[in-house]
Amino acid sequence: MSALELVREFKFKFEMRETTKEKIIEKLLLASALSSILIVFFIIAFMLKESIPALALGWNFIFGMTWCPTHGQFGIFPIVVTTFMVGIGALAIAAAIGIPTAIFLAEFSPRWLRNIIKPCVEMLVGIPSIVLGFFGLKVLVVFIRDLFGGYGECILAGWIILAIMTLPHVISISEDSIRAVPKGYKEASLALGATQLQTIRRVLLPNARSGILASLILGMGNAVGETMAVLMVIGNPEIPWIPSSILEPVRVLTSTIVLEYSYMVWGSMHQHALFAIGVVLFVIVAIFNLVTTVAIKGRFGATTAIKGVIEER
Amino acid sequence: MMEKVIKIGLCLVALISVAVLLAVVGYIFLIGIRVISLDFLLQAPNYAALEKGGIFPHIIGSLCLLAVCLLFAVPLGIASGIYLAEYATENIITKSVRFFVECLAGIPSIVIGLFGLIFLVYYLGFGPSLLAGGLSLGFMILPWTVRASEEAIKAVPRSYREASLALGVSKWQTIRSVVLKSAYPGIITGILLGAGKAIGEAAVILLTIGGLVTYIPHSLLDDVGALPVYIYMILTVVPAPRDVAESYAFGASLVLIIIFLMISIFALFLRNRYIKRMSGRR
Repeated sequence: MSALELVREFKFKFEMRETTKEKIIEKLLLASALSSILIVFFIIAFMLKESIPALALGWNFIFGMTWCPTHGQFGIFPIVVTTFMVGIGALAIAAAIGIPTAIFLAEFSPRWLRNIIKPCVEMLVGIPSIVLGFFGLKVLVVFIRDLFGGYGECILAGWIILAIMTLPHVISISEDSIRAVPKGYKEASLALGATQLQTIRRVLLPNARSGILASLILGMGNAVGETMAVLMVIGNPEIPWIPSSILEPVRVLTSTIVLEYSYMVWGSMHQHALFAIGVVLFVIVAIFNLVTTVAIKGRFGATTAIKGVIEER
Repeated sequence: MMEKVIKIGLCLVALISVAVLLAVVGYIFLIGIRVISLDFLLQAPNYAALEKGGIFPHIIGSLCLLAVCLLFAVPLGIASGIYLAEYATENIITKSVRFFVECLAGIPSIVIGLFGLIFLVYYLGFGPSLLAGGLSLGFMILPWTVRASEEAIKAVPRSYREASLALGVSKWQTIRSVVLKSAYPGIITGILLGAGKAIGEAAVILLTIGGLVTYIPHSLLDDVGALPVYIYMILTVVPAPRDVAESYAFGASLVLIIIFLMISIFALFLRNRYIKRMSGRR
C-alpha cells in the first residue's frame, strides 16, 4: 500500500468520524428540544392522576357551594367566582392606567421621559410577588381599613395589588401594538386635517385593538395564576362565600392551595381536591393564553404583538 | 387647549407606574435598612427568638437554588434554542416544540410547585430538598432560556455562517465558534432576566424545599431555605412577636430586592451594550 493510499484512507475515516459526530450532536440537540414537551406531558399526567378522585365528583366539585375540607365538602364554586371577580377588577384598573400610559409612551412622550418610565415599568414586573404582597399588607390593607373600616384584607386590596402586577404587561404590549400600526394610516389621517387626538382615537386605537385586547387577556391569565402577592392581602376566610361587597375578605384558587397544602393528609380526598384546583387553574390559564394567541393573529403588526406577548410572559 | 389638557393627563397617568415602583422600593428600603446589619446578614436564624438570629442560610439557599435551576435550564434551553434556530425545518416537531414551550411558560407557578411536590419530592423520592426546589424553578424558567437563545441565535447575520461554512468548517463547529460567540450577550441577557424572576419566586419552591432551616445545605438532597419562603414563613408560621417578624420580613425583602436589582441592572447593561454593538455593525 502506498503512502498516498494510507493518507486517503485516514482522511476518509476522519471525515466519517466527523459526520457521525455531527449527527450525534444534532440528535442530542433535538432531544433537548423535545424535553419541554416531555415536561409539559409529565405535568399534565401527574396533575390529572392526583386529581381524578376529586374531578370524579363532577358538578359537586365545580359547582358545589361549600368548601369545608374538615367536613368533607369540596365545592369550589365560590372560590372560582371570587377568583374571576378579583382578576376582572384588577384588569379593569390595569387597563385604566395601562392603556393611557401606552398611548403616552407611543405618541407623546419625549425621549428622555420614555427612558425613565420604560425601565421603571420593566422593573415593576420583577418586584418579587411576596415582597409586593407584604407591602400591600403593611400599607394598602391598613389604608383601606382606616378609610372604609372592616378587615382591610379584601377584594379591593387584591384588585390594586394584582393591577400593579399586570400593569407592566398591559403597558408594553399595548405600546407595541400602537406602534405597529402602519405610519401611513396616521399620516393620512393627519393630512386630512384630523388633530392628533382624533387620529389616536379614530385611527390608532381601532387598529391596535387586537394587540391591546391580547394584552388584557394575557394579563387576566397572569392575574388568575398569581399566588403570593394576592394571598397576603385578600384575607382568606376559613369557609369561602360569594361576597356581596368589595370590602369582604375572599379566597382565590391559588391561595387555597398554598394555605392548605401544609395540613392536607396525603392520599385523602382533600389532597386530590387541592390538585384538582391546580388542574382547574391550569385549564383557565390555558384558555386565556389560547384566546390571546387567536386574538393577536390577523391584524396589523401581528408579529410585533406576538413577540411582545412572548417576551412579556 | 383641549389637546394640551389631555396630553398632561396622559403624562400624569403614565407617571403612576413610576410612582408605584418608587413607593414600594422606597418604603421597603427605608424600613428594611434599619434591620440590616452584619449580624443580620451573616448569622443563622433563631426561630425561637427571631431577633437573635439572621438570614445567612436563606441568602445562600436562594443562591444555591438559583444555581441548580440555571444548571438545569440553561444547557437545555440553549440546546433547544440552537436546534430550533439552526437545525429545525418547519415541521410538526418544531411546531409542537414551540407550542409546548408556550404552554410551559403559561403554567401558573403554583401548579409547577404542585407538580414538583408530587413528582420530584414524592414520586422520585428527593424529599423537600435543594434538588427538588432547583429543578422546579428550572421548569419554570426553561421557556425563557429557550426563547432567549433562539432569538439571539436568529439575530446573528447570515453572512457570518456562510463565511464560516465556505471555509470548510462543519456545521456544528460553525455554530460553536461563530454563531454562539456572536449570540452570547443576547442569550446571557435573557437568562439573567429569567434568573431575576426565579430568585423572587416563592410559590414554586414553597412546596418543594424545607423552608425553616438553620444551616447551609451540604448536599443536593438537604433541606434548604430561600428568602421569599423565609418572608412568608416568618409572617405566617413562625410564632414570633408581630413587630419583630415584620421588621425581619422587611430586612429580608430589602436583601431580596437588592439581589434582584443587581441581576437586572447587569442584564440591562449587557443588553444595551449588545444593542449598541449590533447597531454599530449595520
